[in-house]
Amino acid sequence: MELNTLTALDLIEKLDKKEISARDILESLEKSIKAKDAKIKAYVRSQALHLPEQSADYSKTTLKGIPIAIKDNICTEGFNTECCSKILAGFCPPYDATVIRKLKDAGAVIFPYKTNMDEFAFGSSTENSCFGPTHNPRNPECVPGGSSGGSAAAVASDQAIWALGSDTGGSIRQPAAFCGVVGLKPTYGLVSRYGLIAFASSLDQIGPITKDVSDCALLLSIIAGRDELDSTSVKPKECDYSASLGNDIKDMRIGIPKEYFIEGIDREVKKAVLEAVEVLKKLGAKCREVSLPHTEYAVPVYYIIATAEASSNLARFDGVQYGLREKAKDIIAMYKKTRDLGFGQEAKRRILLGTFALSHGYYDAYYLKATRVRNLIYQDFSGVFKDCDCIVTPTSPTAAFKIGEKIEDPLKMYLSDIFTISANLAGIPAISVPCGRTAQGLPIGLQILSKHFAEGEILRLAYAYEQNTSWHE
Amino acid sequence: MAISKDTVEYVAHLARIELQPKELDKLSEQLKQILGFIDTLKKIEAAEIPPIANLSQDTNVKRADKSKDSLSTDKALENSPFKEGKFFVVPKIIE
Repeated sequence: MELNTLTALDLIEKLDKKEISARDILESLEKSIKAKDAKIKAYVRSQALHLPEQSADYSKTTLKGIPIAIKDNICTEGFNTECCSKILAGFCPPYDATVIRKLKDAGAVIFPYKTNMDEFAFGSSTENSCFGPTHNPRNPECVPGGSSGGSAAAVASDQAIWALGSDTGGSIRQPAAFCGVVGLKPTYGLVSRYGLIAFASSLDQIGPITKDVSDCALLLSIIAGRDELDSTSVKPKECDYSASLGNDIKDMRIGIPKEYFIEGIDREVKKAVLEAVEVLKKLGAKCREVSLPHTEYAVPVYYIIATAEASSNLARFDGVQYGLREKAKDIIAMYKKTRDLGFGQEAKRRILLGTFALSHGYYDAYYLKATRVRNLIYQDFSGVFKDCDCIVTPTSPTAAFKIGEKIEDPLKMYLSDIFTISANLAGIPAISVPCGRTAQGLPIGLQILSKHFAEGEILRLAYAYEQNTSWHE
Repeated sequence: MAISKDTVEYVAHLARIELQPKELDKLSEQLKQILGFIDTLKKIEAAEIPPIANLSQDTNVKRADKSKDSLSTDKALENSPFKEGKFFVVPKIIE
């Protein structure tokens, strides 16, 4: 068996027994990338491929030198981090994000080139990248989902052992679902955002994209925790998520929200998710219908709050400190030209929408109203979690769609996030695990959500489901 | 609500983005559509609901007031497209 197809835990075992070296894994990945990535395009700026030097002794570390692929919006010292945007062309961070420092301390090798994404994580298909789209490894005519489409496609096509993505409205879970891998968005505050190039600061979280639930738990245990450099990060009670994996989900109380099985959801997706619920019942879980009555407001609330925060966060790209700079006679003209040429269509659309929602005369009707309705969405979840341990839904209303199908209709694209964005608005954790295939062979994702900092519960349920099905293989 | 082309142009100025005429037309049309959808929010009464701006649980996060190592000036300037000595260079601001 080729090493690049194994999970991190399998590789750690082989490294422990000295059957293989960390260098062997890198070489196996390099071979796979050379064979596949011209077609899939999971990685960007990979033309000048150099394997990282491996002089370090990893034998006493947890990860033993296992490589990890990183999304292009997470700062890696010495390796370009451009958010797949022209405006950050050439940006080479002078420091590591906290998650990167933690991974290095745990003995991970950081891949020198990064995974493709929608520009600044604005999108659900990875088509909004200045480097062009990534192709879904299960069907190259389809999108891999987004915005962490490069990370999900790299893992699904065995071009990475595992990867980090970021999730503001579903950007880890939806591509994980579309590519048939596991993706987890942690509770807001569980993972430090220091060094993550900000999209929407009250929604963003970094999280793992892996081949199975056990690797997901291991990677989360490494990156989670309080960080002085991110004042919104929190010290969790539980840190060893691998310990929470077990087969016993007897008497776990699971809610199935009726608002997630409405018209518009693909027939095959609905069927696969309801079959997954049957599996959970057989394992002893107590499933019942629940209601999240404000679900229909999640998309409009999200596209106000996320764009408002983005318009403010992206003000820093002004041609002065980094990236692109266009020449002009005065400073305002320099800003305007630089930002016109540097930002793609979706980035401009979101900056304009967000600036509008925050502008004088519209702030109360849009931004303030959205933050109030956000509270209602939050209360919906708190209510359900009073007597439910987890909520189970589809990750996305459809399987992967065709490249080009939605790119000219932004509203249609926004609606593909309908099942994932509520978790970001409420700050709660959520995972996507594979739960079926369409007749055309495209993967379907099952989403499991739980209350703040209940990643242990989510992983336990996901693991039990995975152990009793074969969709992840 | 219907957003006018003038408003989009004004907002683009606030956001310091120059838009070519064709792009302005296209974006105005798309923003009109998106805002039409966002108006779903008008259906719901929420004036009495307290707003949530962020979900972090701490109100004041403090640390000891001690100096620490940080980026050197050279490193901070490394990525700048225009710099001179210890400074970022920008076009003239004051007439």
